[in-house]
Amino acid sequence: MNEKEIIRVEHLKKYFPVEKGFLEKLLTRTRNYVKAVDDINFTVQEGEVFTLAGESGCGKSTTGKLITRLMPPTSGRIYFHNTDITATHKEQLRVIRRKLQIIFQDPYASLNPRMRIGQSVGHPLEIHGIAKGTEKRKKVLEILERIGLAPPEQFVDLYPYQLSGGQRQRIAMARSLILKPEFIVADEPVSMIDVSLRTTIIDLMLDLRRELELTYLFITHDLAIAKYISDRVAIMYLGKIVEMGSKQEIFMNPMHPYTQALLSAIPVPNPQRQRKTLELKGEVSSAINIPPGCRFNPRCPYATQKCIETEPELIEATKGHFVACYQAGT
Amino acid sequence: MMEKPAHLLTIEGLTVEYWARRGRIRAVEDVSFSMDKSETLGIVGESGSGKSTLGLSLIHLVPYPGRIVRGTILLEGQNILKFGNEKTRDLRGRRISYIFQDPMTSLNPVERIRNHFVELIQTHEPKVTETEAIARATKLFKDVGIQPERIDDYPHQLSGGMRQRVMIALALALNPSVVVADEPTTALDVIVQAKILDLLKTLQHAYGMALLLITHDLSIVLERSDKIMVMYAGRMVEEAPSTTLYARTQHPYSQGLLKSIPNIELAEQKLTAIRGAPPDLLNPPAGCKFWPRCAYTMEVCRIREPPLFQTSKDHRVRCYLYSGEEAQ
Repeated sequence: MNEKEIIRVEHLKKYFPVEKGFLEKLLTRTRNYVKAVDDINFTVQEGEVFTLAGESGCGKSTTGKLITRLMPPTSGRIYFHNTDITATHKEQLRVIRRKLQIIFQDPYASLNPRMRIGQSVGHPLEIHGIAKGTEKRKKVLEILERIGLAPPEQFVDLYPYQLSGGQRQRIAMARSLILKPEFIVADEPVSMIDVSLRTTIIDLMLDLRRELELTYLFITHDLAIAKYISDRVAIMYLGKIVEMGSKQEIFMNPMHPYTQALLSAIPVPNPQRQRKTLELKGEVSSAINIPPGCRFNPRCPYATQKCIETEPELIEATKGHFVACYQAGT
Repeated sequence: MMEKPAHLLTIEGLTVEYWARRGRIRAVEDVSFSMDKSETLGIVGESGSGKSTLGLSLIHLVPYPGRIVRGTILLEGQNILKFGNEKTRDLRGRRISYIFQDPMTSLNPVERIRNHFVELIQTHEPKVTETEAIARATKLFKDVGIQPERIDDYPHQLSGGMRQRVMIALALALNPSVVVADEPTTALDVIVQAKILDLLKTLQHAYGMALLLITHDLSIVLERSDKIMVMYAGRMVEEAPSTTLYARTQHPYSQGLLKSIPNIELAEQKLTAIRGAPPDLLNPPAGCKFWPRCAYTMEVCRIREPPLFQTSKDHRVRCYLYSGEEAQ
């Protein structure tokens, strides 16, 4: 693998203010925040599939939106090829966006229902002033064929409602690929797609990575898919990365109790398997009132006094395997 | 076929159609199966396979413009499709109850949780006082693992997992003999999902009910059911005990499904997709509904729909590859 880093995220935070009622606003001065992303650091190397995984509310999608600058971070830095994109102006950002695309979860909502496929897919070319007219159409047909909608002439004039979920997700991919990006954030790209079609979309993504030299930030709640697609994985819990490492390390040698619990809860397609779930107490704490110390401590079976008092840092336990837990490995 | 009154629930030739403006859709066609006490039957299929319509038929609640056009549903020997309004109402909740996919929308947001229980119990058992109903609800809360004082909460005060626990408690409140759980954990995170499925299993043992587990997730049914029925385009394409289905998968669609789901316990895995896409039920292909996606298509597959072949004592498959076996 190429050791050049394409994305570097430093101390990234995103806090959303909580709206209060009228009376509460008058009576109290403190503001509450949902700490969706709370000081995370990671890098993505060129050509790899880096996965952010975790349960709903862990901040994985917010991270994806921050990296594509669809929302500004509260603090922290995001570097794309060593350019700080949190500090760029509109015009610069437009240039960077050509290289930095996102695919959303829901292909029923992410395509304009009143635009024909050709218009949707070709629209980015116009916005960025790359091509129009017959040249645009040529490029659109090329990319449609590439993502497996052949013959493309049959699809280009259809509307989204005439396509299946899997086909729509291919269109969404075509739309982000037409600008020849280097880096793609794929936010749960297959979770709305039927099981028998998921694999085709995932395999297409992996094929395109090789051919077009893409790098992916893959966001998913489904660890079985994460295991299939990723090179490296980061597990998030309540806005923090709690464990990060190569796929082999995370799945074969999980160190954080949360990762262990997540892995043990995944259903396995085998009726003979003896399930040994690691039981966790309670449910995910509220992102408004994050518990002090390690934010996982109220649910952790191994929590000690130290875990309640001070928050563990994400440290390198073995080469390339990072974990934020005092008990890791014990 | 011979009726075995020993079965708790027997479904014969159930066919459900939706009459849409653009035509008629056979959502469920000629489905037959039976269930016994304390048994878990997993029904697995993709969207549009008819699995939810099948579940709703069991409580006679197929939404308009759907209708059950043929078949019988025998519960303890009685055909529930012949029931009038009174008896159907008595059936729902008391004899067969239903756990819906989305616990966010299936509870009334302006009623406290306690009122859900009081209303349900008093509707079916008018003699029960409010205090008695609440006492019963409190006990159920203990069974499903929620603190009893949460009974005074409104649905929005509970998390998704807790709401689904409430739904399960409601489904058990009248001690039904069959519980239909339609994607009970699809809206939930994986840790909560495992807990809810464990809970269903425990309660099933405690209450002795039969559980019909409907899901798109083959991993879940393989892990959690005694028997599995695979549905495709409204047809049951394969039915077998889960260990048999796993060890000797016969229908090409079931085989394809198994090959396309990732298994977290395997070190290296190559997934293979099923080519093509599920059929448009307004214009289904002639013959076997799966032939356009099948790797083993023969001439006969395109012309005539295969019947169910009995390949062993409790293994049935709708595929001509097994036509040497006895057809039903």
